[in-house]
Amino acid sequence: MKNATTIYSKLLIAAAISMLLVACKSTPMKDDAAVEDKSAGSTSTADGSDVKGAVIDGSSSDGSMNELNDPNNILSKRNIYFDFNSDAIRAEFRPNVEAHAQYLQAHTNAKVTLQGNADERGTREYNLSLGQRRSVAVKTALNLLGVSDSQIETVSYGEENANPACADDDCFQADRRVEIVYPNE
Amino acid sequence: MYIIKFMTFLTIGFLSLVANAALDIEITGGDAQQTPIAVVPFGNAKSMKEDLAKIISDDLYRSGLFRLLNTSGMPNLPINAAQIKYPEWAALQAQAVVVGNISTLSDGRLNVTFQLVDVLKQQPLVDMDFQMQAKHARMTAHKIADVIYEKLTGIPGAFASRIAYVQKLGERHFLYVADSDGYNAQSLVNSNEPVISPSWSPDGSKIAYVSFEKKKPIVFVHTLATGDRKIVANYKGNNSAPAWSPDGIRLAVVLTYGANSQIYTINATGGDLKSVTKSRGIDTEPAFSPDGKWIYFTSDRGGKPQIYKTSANGGGEVSRVTFEGAYNVSPRFSPDGTKLVYIRNDGGRFRVAMQDLTNEQVQLLSEGSQDESPSFSPNSRVILYATKKGARGSLASVSFDGKVRQSLSEARGDVRESAWGPMLK
Repeated sequence: MKNATTIYSKLLIAAAISMLLVACKSTPMKDDAAVEDKSAGSTSTADGSDVKGAVIDGSSSDGSMNELNDPNNILSKRNIYFDFNSDAIRAEFRPNVEAHAQYLQAHTNAKVTLQGNADERGTREYNLSLGQRRSVAVKTALNLLGVSDSQIETVSYGEENANPACADDDCFQADRRVEIVYPNE
Repeated sequence: MYIIKFMTFLTIGFLSLVANAALDIEITGGDAQQTPIAVVPFGNAKSMKEDLAKIISDDLYRSGLFRLLNTSGMPNLPINAAQIKYPEWAALQAQAVVVGNISTLSDGRLNVTFQLVDVLKQQPLVDMDFQMQAKHARMTAHKIADVIYEKLTGIPGAFASRIAYVQKLGERHFLYVADSDGYNAQSLVNSNEPVISPSWSPDGSKIAYVSFEKKKPIVFVHTLATGDRKIVANYKGNNSAPAWSPDGIRLAVVLTYGANSQIYTINATGGDLKSVTKSRGIDTEPAFSPDGKWIYFTSDRGGKPQIYKTSANGGGEVSRVTFEGAYNVSPRFSPDGTKLVYIRNDGGRFRVAMQDLTNEQVQLLSEGSQDESPSFSPNSRVILYATKKGARGSLASVSFDGKVRQSLSEARGDVRESAWGPMLK
């Protein structure tokens, strides 16, 4: 247990360092920030015609969890695909869901984020909710297989990760998915 | 039908950094009965970089309700009503002439006088003056255009207002605020994660929006004048679809916790969470009615997504609003409360539909196939929306009667998530 905690804090430090590195790498954006500050520095007015902005750079950490990333292990298969406007998990993806349920039950400290996605047809907010409904469908399946609620977070990206060049359903199909993400990996 | 292109170049100066954010505005169509009007160059116009007469002309032209007459060949260019030689303007077939003059005040500000003159009656309809700082010249010109528009049409203008939109350029997402003519675009947020659903506070001083910068959707409120940005909804799961109450005190938001999207209200400064809807399906895209009593929203509780309404206080009955079509989403009110716009899936094409709330008649207004994010101008006359040209997003607008259409596009990147703000005070 103590060991696990040490590894965890090492990972956290590694994550923090990698975030710092990314922050440094993103210095080109600083130019923008500096220039924007200049415009923002002009006095604000009663009619509100001046605005001040913010520049945001974030990054996810990366590390490794071999069992999850081994391409020969079903746990590395992280995408569950859906039909149009549907949140039903197709039979072909049951083994993936079951494998992750087993992993989560064997690793009760592990947490998983189910990230729902939609294709770009329809409005962004409705698709955000549709992606969420898909992630809830996968969560419900994991719950039924015995995984605790406390290990699962559901979140949706809606159509934000969709391919803007899609013109046919083969392409849209790839966007209608739930990604199983282990935030600490 | 005619097409004329207005290039909107930003003035070179401190805003040159956002030169890429200038929207190109193109107008197609126009009202059959256009009032012929001449806007004469203002006196002392050369003393400043902004051409007030041109800004006013462009505003009036883009409304589709006016025919702008070329003044360059005129023998005399008056700068006040007394100098007008009426037969010359009658010969040009002008019904109205706008004249004006600029002078410098002792405190350095500029004084702009202008008159709108009826050529037939040979008398001024409007005689006004504005004091301004030179940097507010464009907004002053928009205010003058609003006065002229209202005097000649009987309808308040909406030129002195701003719009918000998101531009995706490479992997960056920019939330912009620009004047209604696309000029003066300034970046509010510049992020490597998506930004969606900008929503103007009723007084135009703040914008609520959804940012994914923390790897999940969170609702922020951004104060334009100070740049202060505050997280107002960061609950477990998704936080999205902010919509202001008409008094600016509450925000309707959509939260998920571990389940499907449901509607809540919170204080616009965060906290005091109250539940509005409770269903097993999706409830999202809330919009307050202008009287503040109702929240209209999208729900798939009946199987397919449709628009419903319920009491803004929550816990009340829910009744269905849309009945035609199998997919109606994104309700937004006209500020005068008489109309509702939303997006309908019309045989695979997602188009802007407008429902007249006085007689429930529905009209399809937009001509695209992936149109989204409709919002009304502050005078309830024009609907701004996001559309797609090929794989690229751009903005477009259409008058409520479908007669006047504009296309607003960026030279680069993808533009989406439009929202028209209130009038500037």
